[in-house]
Amino acid sequence: MNAVLQYAVQGLAAGSFYALAALGLAIIFGVLGVVNFAHGAFYMLGAVTTAVLLDTLDLTLWWSLLVVPVLMFVFGVVVERSLVRWLLRLDPLYNFLLTFGLTLVLVELVKQRYGVSGLPYKPPGALQGRVDLAGVVLPRYQLFVFLFSVAVCVLVWLVMTRTRVGMIVRASTEKPELARALGINVGRWVTPVFGFGVALAGLAGVLAAPFRAITADMGNNFAIILFAVVVIGGLGSIVGAVVAGFMVGLVEAFGQAYAPTFAQILIFVLMGLIILVRPAGLFGRKEATA
Amino acid sequence: MKSKRIRAGAAAMSGLLLLGACGEGGPGGSGGDFTNGKLVLAVLNDQSGIYKDASGPNTVKAVKMAVADYKKKYGDKAVVDDIEVTSTDHQNKPDIANTKAQELYERGGADVILDVPTSSAALAVANQAKKHKKMFIDVSAATTELTGAQCNKYTLQWAYNTYMLANGTGTTVTGNGDKNWHIIYPDYQFGQDMTKSFTEAIAKAGGTVQGTIPTPFPNDNFATFLTKAGSTNPDVIGTMQAGGDLINVVKQFNESGLKEKGIDLAVGLMLITDIHSLGVDQFAGTMFTDAWYWNMDAESRAWADRFRDETGTRPTFEHAGNYSAALQYLEAVQEAGTDDADAVVGKLEGKKINDVFLRNGEVRAKDHLVIHDAYLARVKEPSQVKEDWDYEEIVTTIPAAKAFAPVEASTCSM
Repeated sequence: MNAVLQYAVQGLAAGSFYALAALGLAIIFGVLGVVNFAHGAFYMLGAVTTAVLLDTLDLTLWWSLLVVPVLMFVFGVVVERSLVRWLLRLDPLYNFLLTFGLTLVLVELVKQRYGVSGLPYKPPGALQGRVDLAGVVLPRYQLFVFLFSVAVCVLVWLVMTRTRVGMIVRASTEKPELARALGINVGRWVTPVFGFGVALAGLAGVLAAPFRAITADMGNNFAIILFAVVVIGGLGSIVGAVVAGFMVGLVEAFGQAYAPTFAQILIFVLMGLIILVRPAGLFGRKEATA
Repeated sequence: MKSKRIRAGAAAMSGLLLLGACGEGGPGGSGGDFTNGKLVLAVLNDQSGIYKDASGPNTVKAVKMAVADYKKKYGDKAVVDDIEVTSTDHQNKPDIANTKAQELYERGGADVILDVPTSSAALAVANQAKKHKKMFIDVSAATTELTGAQCNKYTLQWAYNTYMLANGTGTTVTGNGDKNWHIIYPDYQFGQDMTKSFTEAIAKAGGTVQGTIPTPFPNDNFATFLTKAGSTNPDVIGTMQAGGDLINVVKQFNESGLKEKGIDLAVGLMLITDIHSLGVDQFAGTMFTDAWYWNMDAESRAWADRFRDETGTRPTFEHAGNYSAALQYLEAVQEAGTDDADAVVGKLEGKKINDVFLRNGEVRAKDHLVIHDAYLARVKEPSQVKEDWDYEEIVTTIPAAKAFAPVEASTCSM
């Protein structure tokens, strides 16, 4: 029982990275209709920036959790304004290729500047060690990652459902023509939404810095699983992305524990099964996939 | 059929005539014994991926250093003046390595291929070397197959193999009292070889392997694998992961609390670049087997200083190994007076070598494994580090004869 709980927390911690990043991916897809292939690279940039900030300015993880998403937001705005925007009117495939190319460029640039072996990162002392919860010993950092990302997801959900901005974004996602007809300037929200999605990927990267190898390639494999997450949750579905993120984390952890050879394959088996039963994903609507 | 043969013969003749003409005009007239009138050393390795820092572009510079040293040593007496060093990226993929090796031997005029990290890629290159009767000196790939069941006359393994790593670390750690092991390994050729070698070494030293866990490769999440391995309460968890995967394992191990439970971590393969990238504090105290360390004595240090002048960084054992392999290859060419692979291999077989990398080295004639002293190293505590890249303390030197499997045990037949 103890072990099962431990696996569950590990799965939820791993799922936190997926949930945060997939949330960003879903929002971008929802509003822009762009399948952002560069999301893994943005995640990587978040982690690399965190390591560089600690190395050069002595900014601890706490500061990075604030500063890096802001930097990534600005970076996302620049990418949207200078690149993505020009292809929005064309077939979505063009932006897919653009962001794929952008990934290659970003990964190579980081390799040129920082090499391939990775960057060192020392996690803050307060997050090291273990917590004993009624006999179940859990690593403090994993617990923190889980709680932090749940908090962020809930915050995003509140913004989406309770504020005017959120309603506009949702309206633009679900019925862009109708939103326009009602006098909402959908175009105005495109740039900040893209920046926000990029910031979420960056935030996942910050959380990964103390826990994972910080290398130029760290986003490659991550991006592949991320797309499985988004497909499972339903393309463009915000709740779906979060739920599927944690679900995939759990599948990964229990797969590692009970069928190690199949740990990664299981995620794609799950994806296949869900597509068979619900082609639009768990929370997707038919329109979203059309 | 007959006409084809005649045509081929005519082509060969005209080729020879052309070559002869080149030779005459070539420097020192030495081209006659060298195909195309020159010697080509082809570095085939990972120029951009996960093993780039471990060998990569700086290996090309190390090989060029060897060429410069050869020219300096022999001057006018050198049997060949025109020596070319080329560099090709195999992206760690066996299929690409296979095609590139074929191209290098057939059209690139390569006399020897050097380095080739990733065991499956190296095995593909060894196969091409055999087919083309041209030389391949492996430095960065560790599979014992290269000098075992899949050995051939033209392939040499210069720096290390999985037996050396397992024997050094597995035996010592077990001997120090960590009898019960749990091993996690990446599920491909290298990881499987390492696990097999470690299991044998541990058993011989009186320990047991309670369990082994195969993991995906590459992978960034090892948390549950580690918890699972720790749940059987072993004395030590052995990790056979390399590069970025190893860093993931160590970070997540340090975070898991297994250390506080008294479970040690033993690392199968570690390069100094791994310690550099993760930070010495995270690795402090970890024991591992090294083939060479830049600061192990004055001679190594002097070479490492030269290397730093060329590259701006300190060398890994793979850089030094490639330098040594290139230098000794050139020495053998000098002795043979030709680039003919059979003649050069003949000069290398059985040769005893001492250079900056090989100590008490010997090219074993039977299986072409180059044996030499290996070292059991410990990662320094942060307080002990006095300069950049000063990370290792050599605990013991493992004599060449003990560091590698005895020649009688070799399954190689050429």
